Amino acid sequence: MSSGRTPCTVAVSGLNNIDSPGPGMPVIRALRESSNLEVRIVGLSYDSLEPGLYMHDLVDKSYQIPLPSAGTEALLERLKYIQSIEQIDVLIPNFDAELHNFIRIAPLLRDSLRIKTFLPDLADFDARHKAVLFEYGQQHGVLVPKSHTVFTLMEFHRALEANTYPVVVKGKYYDAQIAYSADEAVSAFYKISAKWGLPVLLQEHVRGTEVNVTVLGDGTGSCIGAVPMRKLYITDKGKAWAGVSIEDEALMQLSRTLIESARWKGPCELEFMRSEEGEYYLMEMNPRFPAWVYLACGCGQNHPEALVQMAMGYHPEPMTRYRVGHMFIRYSQDLIVPMEEFEKISTLGEL
Amino acid sequence: MPLKTYERPYLRKLNAGLGNKFGTRNSQVPVTEIDGVPVAKLMEEYGSPCFVLSEQTIRQTYRNAVRAFSTRYPKVQMAWSYKTNYLNAVCRIFHDEGSWAEVVSIFEYRKALANGVPGTQILFNGPDKSEDDLRTAVQHGSLIHIDHLDEVYLLSEILASEGLKARVALRINMDTGVYPLWDRFGFNYENGSAWTAVTKVMAQPRMELVGLHCHIGTYMLSAQAYAVASHKLCDLADEIRKQYQRRIEYLDLGGGFASGNTLKGSYLQGSDVIPTMDDYAEAITSTILQHPFAMSGEIPTLYLESGRALIDDAGYLLGSVLALKRLGDGRRATIMDFGVNLLFTSFWYEHRISPAQEYSSHHEDMVLYGPLCMNIDVVRENVSLPLLKRGDRVVVHRVGAYNMTQWMQFIQMRPNVVLIDRQGQVHLIRRRETVDTLNEMELTPLHLELGQGKPA
Amino acid sequence: MPEVLSALFAMNPMKISQNIAISENGFLFNPATGDSFSTNACGKEIIRLLQEGQSQAQILEALQREFEVDQASLEKDLADFLYMLGNYRLLDANAQ
Repeated sequence: MSSGRTPCTVAVSGLNNIDSPGPGMPVIRALRESSNLEVRIVGLSYDSLEPGLYMHDLVDKSYQIPLPSAGTEALLERLKYIQSIEQIDVLIPNFDAELHNFIRIAPLLRDSLRIKTFLPDLADFDARHKAVLFEYGQQHGVLVPKSHTVFTLMEFHRALEANTYPVVVKGKYYDAQIAYSADEAVSAFYKISAKWGLPVLLQEHVRGTEVNVTVLGDGTGSCIGAVPMRKLYITDKGKAWAGVSIEDEALMQLSRTLIESARWKGPCELEFMRSEEGEYYLMEMNPRFPAWVYLACGCGQNHPEALVQMAMGYHPEPMTRYRVGHMFIRYSQDLIVPMEEFEKISTLGEL
Repeated sequence: MPLKTYERPYLRKLNAGLGNKFGTRNSQVPVTEIDGVPVAKLMEEYGSPCFVLSEQTIRQTYRNAVRAFSTRYPKVQMAWSYKTNYLNAVCRIFHDEGSWAEVVSIFEYRKALANGVPGTQILFNGPDKSEDDLRTAVQHGSLIHIDHLDEVYLLSEILASEGLKARVALRINMDTGVYPLWDRFGFNYENGSAWTAVTKVMAQPRMELVGLHCHIGTYMLSAQAYAVASHKLCDLADEIRKQYQRRIEYLDLGGGFASGNTLKGSYLQGSDVIPTMDDYAEAITSTILQHPFAMSGEIPTLYLESGRALIDDAGYLLGSVLALKRLGDGRRATIMDFGVNLLFTSFWYEHRISPAQEYSSHHEDMVLYGPLCMNIDVVRENVSLPLLKRGDRVVVHRVGAYNMTQWMQFIQMRPNVVLIDRQGQVHLIRRRETVDTLNEMELTPLHLELGQGKPA
Repeated sequence: MPEVLSALFAMNPMKISQNIAISENGFLFNPATGDSFSTNACGKEIIRLLQEGQSQAQILEALQREFEVDQASLEKDLADFLYMLGNYRLLDANAQ
């Protein structure tokens, strides 16, 4: 069949579209709908129960890969094996915890395995880290709530004195609690440091409405696409269940300015708080596609497609228009899988 | 029909959320030789356990560090940190490569002298320098890095009584944005103690303040912290230049550069997150070169006292399996013939351990215990290894730093240490201890001599 | 005596749950509990012999004819494997 589309093989991780979903399956659905690419999808999984492994209409072949904690040497070794069978053109990592390693081996993947990625470098990746986001915002003209990184209870008390309540106590990786008094804050410090270790972040609380933007930068200062979304319903795990694309020119301008100023390369999710005064505070910058990225596709901007094109050396036109007022509503559905498939992925590591 | 190779039966429950074994082959890949010498042969000849050092790796690592700094900065001098590994053979390799000596006790000082290091090329650091120690250092013209004010006064008296002068440096501690802040050594920069110390030393006619020293921490994961430290040292040097018209000759940025070991509690592998020697070098040298102090006259010599990052990779510990057992909760436990007595660093590292013979792809999670009859003797709390059996050999990686100085003679004697030279020749560089090694130090009161007391 | 121990010390032939399925790859599925396991060649062989109703002594003998191994190691490893089977509720408690 000659569809006129460019054939290519894309490896995608994050096949865990469970109740706290990874972005892999939404990325794959977007790629499947590409009008420019004819994709073969290679799934990369960490666990034998990631649902994407069993969605054969979306994922052509899957391989288990070692956990990030096993190190880049193990990861490279595994990818070398996978590439001896597949001809992966582009790889899109979608897990926070795996990004560091993939960024680190990106040049090796390109040079020795001919696998392309489209990721920020380590310096850019680290620069937007939670602990230094305030400085990052200052550098690129975006407001970020002030925060203190503290290692001891004594430092925490000192930082509390410089704040007005409520304050937000945040964990190194995850978790955040709003505290309305010193007692509450200290109890949150204990709870969060026990769970996630030190340091703990103490952050100024910004009251307002959360708005998120999924963005794609080309790494040379152009914003290739951006779609803003407001969550309509949040699960008890804090994940969006439903959301709607919104029209907010100030927010779009701000997002574009940030991506252009930072020369951001690759996908990212910008989490903003629109304060009661109408100011936008950048709360977090996640250096990957969000799990709701399929909404962007549904609104007319296929970001995963554009990313694959850029990774392959094309220069897609920046997308500036999108449909406002389109919703995504998540649903879950049970796959019926014979035990043999689970056996295959568990014992052979491929399916 | 020939018999099949035996591998003990194995059963592993497939649970969700435990990851998978695919691609973790590198924890299974056997390490059968070190620098071309078979591990089995080393253990047959020198016993189990046994420490092995690679001269090739030591020299390569050292040269890489020198390259990283000297291609960015014109005046660099390394000083081998004796406490990291003071086996004479190791020290002599570093000295042969051009390294001076950095010592923190008179015992190390004497080792350095005996290793042929001229007194003027020894940096004497640390809080413990007795009157005799200081006198020895002064007589040999060594660089004395002052840790506290008591030392300034003591040294002043010695210099007066000896009628000699000393070249000194001040150890400075400071906030570089990393935790924990090492403020117990030297004089604090932020609270003004450092400047007070400068004025005290400058008032001593027999002391020549030639250097500033800092050592901001250990296993530093941020190269940026060294930029902050370099900047503060330069600020201090510049202030001394302005106030006293004295030019500081050298800045000693100490050590603390990380090795590729994985710290306990770290999610990612150490080798994936540590800065490279070039990262450290770039942070330090670019800061100094751009500072007004360096531009105001002759640039200071940069001293470095890196220990861990220069020797860790070159050290291996070879050992064997003593026994296997099941713990009360069903977990597999493996008992090795080496433990925390030899591997002090296993208190903070998750050491990489490789089998030294072939296995199938099956592996199991286990606790790795040492041989001591002490509950603290745990080498790895959870490690995935092939189906080991009694007598199987393993190789522990990156053990060159601190283990051969902090090892304990507790329950077991210390084992042989060998060095593989660049031609692949194996040299015994420290003999295994015996019961005589211990008994030689002991004295028995006459009334406890056997046959001297009451009749049995 | 706890069930696991009694199974371990039983002199009678131990019975493995008969409905357990084991594949070529060493994938073991217990339909009664829904648990699945992975085992190796030697483990597979032991389970097969258990399913044939062989006693521990017979299994030891059979394995020694098949594998290059000394008796002490084999005894120890077999006991450990049977313990794990018991621990995972793969032995038939009513078979004795």
